[in-house]
Amino acid sequence: MDFIGAYSADHLTFLLNGFWLTLKMAFIAIILSFILGGVVGTLRFAKIPVLSQVLAVIVEIIRNLPLLLIIFFTFFALPEIGIKFKEVPAAIIALTIFEAAMLSEIIRSGLNSIDKGQMEAARSSGLSYFQALWHIILPQALRRMVPPTVSQFISLLKDTSLAVVISVPELTHQAQIVYGQKIGYLVPTLLVVMLMYFVVNFTLSILSRRLEVKRT
Amino acid sequence: MNFSILTNNIDMFLEGFKVTLMASVIALIASLLLGAFIAVLRIAPNKLLNWLGTIYVEFIRNIPLLIIMLFVYLVFNFKGLTAGTIALTIYTTAFIAEAIRAGILSISKGQMEAARSSGLTYGQAMRLIILPQAIKVVIPPLGNQFINLVKNSSLVAVIAGGDLMYQADLISARTLVVMDTYILVAMFYLLLTIPLSLGVGYLEKRLAKSN
Repeated sequence: MDFIGAYSADHLTFLLNGFWLTLKMAFIAIILSFILGGVVGTLRFAKIPVLSQVLAVIVEIIRNLPLLLIIFFTFFALPEIGIKFKEVPAAIIALTIFEAAMLSEIIRSGLNSIDKGQMEAARSSGLSYFQALWHIILPQALRRMVPPTVSQFISLLKDTSLAVVISVPELTHQAQIVYGQKIGYLVPTLLVVMLMYFVVNFTLSILSRRLEVKRT
Repeated sequence: MNFSILTNNIDMFLEGFKVTLMASVIALIASLLLGAFIAVLRIAPNKLLNWLGTIYVEFIRNIPLLIIMLFVYLVFNFKGLTAGTIALTIYTTAFIAEAIRAGILSISKGQMEAARSSGLTYGQAMRLIILPQAIKVVIPPLGNQFINLVKNSSLVAVIAGGDLMYQADLISARTLVVMDTYILVAMFYLLLTIPLSLGVGYLEKRLAKSN
């Protein structure tokens, strides 16, 4: 095991560059999936006939498929019908589709957790359904959604490692390049990569727990 | 939709399905045993044991499964499927340990105190009084973990484990029919995960009612 060679300044910078892309991808994907998941979750909560049922089926299908399959599908299968993305956008789109399905469930159960009387009171004070949803229900539900959303972000950050299968130069991909040079680099590189993921995710999980404790 | 992809490659699809199912079931059983063990470590009346259990759970939960899989595969030189099943077990154990711990903690403290004061040892009280009651609470989250396990088993494809995802890659590379192959493979996954998730949903509802 060659720890000194594996941890040369060049290698560490190379890995950190990969990690930077990992973080950026995760950040973009969580914002996009919160918006998409928010729309889907709210529409399902509003029980709009037909639309809600169609969305329910789509969400169930996506939630029950492996993310790896969705990544392959986005990158390799969609070009067959003329939809082509570069590696990074393809990975972000696949992550967004998958996580939006997860987040829509978090958002829907957050909305469901608000007492029904709130909606009735808002409606009888003259607000329309969507005004009541936007001004009364959502702000209260949002606070309850924060801890599970942070947990979902941790999953997302780990899931970005799957983008390696379509050669996105994120952390896992950069690690493969480093340990591919020399067998002695294998263990040191994998250890430092684990450490990078761990530090960020562990910090986030402590944050998520703090938020949960504050709430109760 | 080109169903000849299915009929022409049915052997490969079925082989992949078998491998996916096998890896998931073996990893589930192994991580149930290990997860129960780690959960007991985390609530045992001994600081060192608590600490060991916590380190395992926090470390494994916060790193990607793919990294664990590459580590087991490349460092220990196992075959793809063996390495994949071991890595799935290591990873899922951490989540199952947390589910079981939460289940045990949901049982009122008075149960343990009553069992202890009627003369049972800590281990006996845990095994005979606490765990049987905790199982009811723990089953729905365990079902969710099994669904995750089936989905996560697709990573075995990355280390050439011969699972469903791996066969799909082979078929699409050979036939150059990509979309239909992936749609078919998606159906095979849904065949496993949808009934499980309906089952979990049903159990969750029943549990909510009984409380």
